[in-house]
Amino acid sequence: MFLAPAVALYVIFLIVPVVQAVRYSTYDWNGLGALSDFVGLDNYREAFGDPAFRQAMEHNGILVALSLVFQLPLALGVALLLNRRMRGRGLLRVVFFAPYVLSEAITAVIFLQLLQPDGLVDEILRGMGLGALVQLWLADLGLVFYTLFVVITWKYIGFAIILFLAGLQGVPDELHEAAAMDGASSWQSLRLVTLPLLGPTIRIWAFLTIIGSIQLFDIVWIMTLGGPAGASSTMATYMVDQGVNSYRIGYATSVAVILFAVCFVFSILYQVFVLRRDVRGGTTRMAG
Amino acid sequence: MTIWKLLGLAALITAAATALLTTTTASAGGKEQSQTLVWWHNVTQGPGVKLYKDIAAEFQKQHPGITIKAVPLQNEQFKTKIPIALQSDSPPDVFQSWGGGGLVDQQKAGKVADLTKYVKPWIKSIGGTAAGWQVNGKQYAVPYSVGVVGFWYNKQLFKQAGIASAPKTWPQFLAAVAKLKQAGITPIAIGSKDEWPDAFYWDYLATKLCSKPVMQSSAVTYNFGNPCWTRAGEYVQRLLDAGPFQNGFLATPAQQGASSSAGLVANGKAAMELQGHWNPGVMQALTPENKVPSFLGWFPFPNVPGSKAIPGSLLGGGDGYACSWKAPQPACAQFLAYIDSPSVQRRVGSTGFGLPVRRGTENSVKDPNLRTVLKFRSTSPFIQLYLDQAYSAEIGQALNGAIAKQFAGKATPAQVVAEIQSAAKRK
Repeated sequence: MFLAPAVALYVIFLIVPVVQAVRYSTYDWNGLGALSDFVGLDNYREAFGDPAFRQAMEHNGILVALSLVFQLPLALGVALLLNRRMRGRGLLRVVFFAPYVLSEAITAVIFLQLLQPDGLVDEILRGMGLGALVQLWLADLGLVFYTLFVVITWKYIGFAIILFLAGLQGVPDELHEAAAMDGASSWQSLRLVTLPLLGPTIRIWAFLTIIGSIQLFDIVWIMTLGGPAGASSTMATYMVDQGVNSYRIGYATSVAVILFAVCFVFSILYQVFVLRRDVRGGTTRMAG
Repeated sequence: MTIWKLLGLAALITAAATALLTTTTASAGGKEQSQTLVWWHNVTQGPGVKLYKDIAAEFQKQHPGITIKAVPLQNEQFKTKIPIALQSDSPPDVFQSWGGGGLVDQQKAGKVADLTKYVKPWIKSIGGTAAGWQVNGKQYAVPYSVGVVGFWYNKQLFKQAGIASAPKTWPQFLAAVAKLKQAGITPIAIGSKDEWPDAFYWDYLATKLCSKPVMQSSAVTYNFGNPCWTRAGEYVQRLLDAGPFQNGFLATPAQQGASSSAGLVANGKAAMELQGHWNPGVMQALTPENKVPSFLGWFPFPNVPGSKAIPGSLLGGGDGYACSWKAPQPACAQFLAYIDSPSVQRRVGSTGFGLPVRRGTENSVKDPNLRTVLKFRSTSPFIQLYLDQAYSAEIGQALNGAIAKQFAGKATPAQVVAEIQSAAKRK
C-alpha cells in the first residue's frame, strides 16, 4: 500500500494523458468544441506522408548522430584532461559546466544576438582576418541546422563532462598502476582500463543525449521557429506549429503520439540490449 | 504486491480523481454581487500600456462592484494561449479578437458570446468596420481600432536615393527599389522569421490583381483556381529577384529588438517596411530615444496598372474584443461599449495607439502618418482583411507557410497556390 501515492501520481499525470492523447489523435479537431469528427488513422497517414514532417524526423536523426559522434570524444577528452592534477582545475571545471546551468531560453537568446548578421561572431571572425568564413548563420537554409547543433553542443557538453568526471572517480588508480607495471602505454591504459570502466557512464550519457535530441524544442523554437522554410525543424517544432499555430490539435496530437512512441520504443530497446548489464550490477556478471 | 493489485489500485485512483474534479467544478459559480472581468490583451509596450491602465481604472470607478483584472500577453504568446484557455473551464472574460475566420471557428464551437442585443444601441456609430467581427449577421466581437497595411518609409533615405515622391504604381515601386539599391541603401526590411510579414506582400498583390468578387468568394469557397492567385506569386517573385531585403532577412523577426525589421527602419538601417498601422508604436519602443522617428512617412501599397482590382483597394484589419461564453453579462458588453465610447476612442487616436473606429473621433489622431493611413482607410473602395485572418486558422497558416517557402526560394508561385488549395481541401 505504500506504493499508492506514487502510483496515483503516475496514473494521473502520465497514463491518463497518454491515453487521452491517443484518443485525440484519431479525431480531426481544432481544439474548440466537441470531439465529433472521427478520422481513425488518417492523421498518422498524413504525418508520414508530409514531406515537412519527414524532414523534421530526418533532422532529429541527424542530430542524434552528430551528438554521439562529436560530443562523446570532445566531452571525454576534456573530462580526461580535467581529471589530471593541474593548476586551476576547479576553475576550468566551473567554466565548462557553466553553460549547462543556463536555461535553454537564455542560451537561445544570447546566441541569437551573437549570430546576427554583422553581430559579435561575424565581427570576431573579421577581426581575426577570417572574414571569408562569415556566413548567414541562421538564414542560410543549408547551414542553420548545424549552427543550432553547435549551440546545443555548447549548452550540453558541460553535463557530459561532469558525468564522465564522476565516472572517472570510480576508476581505481591501482588498475592504472597495475597496467603500467605490466608495461601498458598510457594509450593502452586508457583504451583497456579507463574506457571499459567508464562504460556504464557513457551508456547512460548516450541514452540521455539520444532522448534529448529526439525531443529537442526550446533552443530551436526561440532561435529560428524551425525555419527558414522548415530548414531547422524538429518533430517537436513541427508539432507545435501544427497544433498551436494552425489549431490542428487532433493532427498535432498524432505527431505527439509518434514522438512518444519513438522515445518509448527506443527506451525499452536500449534498456534491454544496452543497459541490461549495467542495471544488473557491476561490469562483471554475477552468478545466480 | 502483484501486478493485478497494482492495476486495481490504479483504476481506483483514476476513478476517485475524476470524481473529485467533477465535484469541484460543480460547486463553483453562483456569485452575483462582485464581478470580475479577466481581460486578456496583447499590449505590452508603447503608448497603449498607460491607456489600458486608465481605461480599467475609469471603468471600475463608473461601475462599482466590477473589477477588471488585466492580463497583458506578448502577441505571439497570446495566439498560443487563447485556444487552450477557451477550451478550459475558466476562459478569460474579455479577449483580443482579430475577427475573420478565427472568430468563425470560435463561434462555431460556442466559445464566444452573442453580443448583438447589448451593442444594438451604439454599434451603428462605428460604421462599416463592425462587419469584420460579425458571423452570419450577428455581432460576436467589436473592433476598437482598424487600420490598413502600407509602406512605412524613411523620407531622408528616399531623398538621398533621389526618389522625388512616393511610388504610386508597381513599376514605379520597383524603380524606387532599384534606385535605393544603387545608392547603397537597403531598400526594404522584412521580418521573414515570423512568416506573416512575407504573406503581406502576397496578400496585397492578390488584392491588387484579383477582382473584388474573387477575393470575397475565396474566403467562403476556398477556391483558388483563378489565375490571378498565381500571378500574385509571380509578382512577388519579380520583387524577390530584385533582392530588395536586408542581409539574412529569412532569420529576422518582425518586432523583437533593434535588429528586427521594425528596428532596422526605426534606426535608419533600411528605407521601408510593409507593415500594419501599429508600426509607429512598435518602432518607438525600439529606438534609443523611445520616440517615433521624425523621418518616418507612409504610402499605400502601389496599384498594379491594368488589373481587375479596383484601384485603391487595400489590405487591412484591426483589433477588437470578444466576450467568452462564460463572461458575466451585461458587465462584459458594458466594458466593450466603454472601450468604443467617444472618450476612450479619442484617446486611442490622440496617444497614437490605434486608429479609432467611432465616427467623429477621427480627428483625435495627431500623428500625420496615421492621419494619412486613416484618410486612405476611410476613402478606400474595398478593404480586404489579412488573408491569414480572413481564412480559417488552418488554411491561413498553410498560406503563410507556403509563401514563406517562396521567400526562402523553396516554392514556385504555382506551388504556393497548390499548397494553399490542398490545405483547403483537407478542411
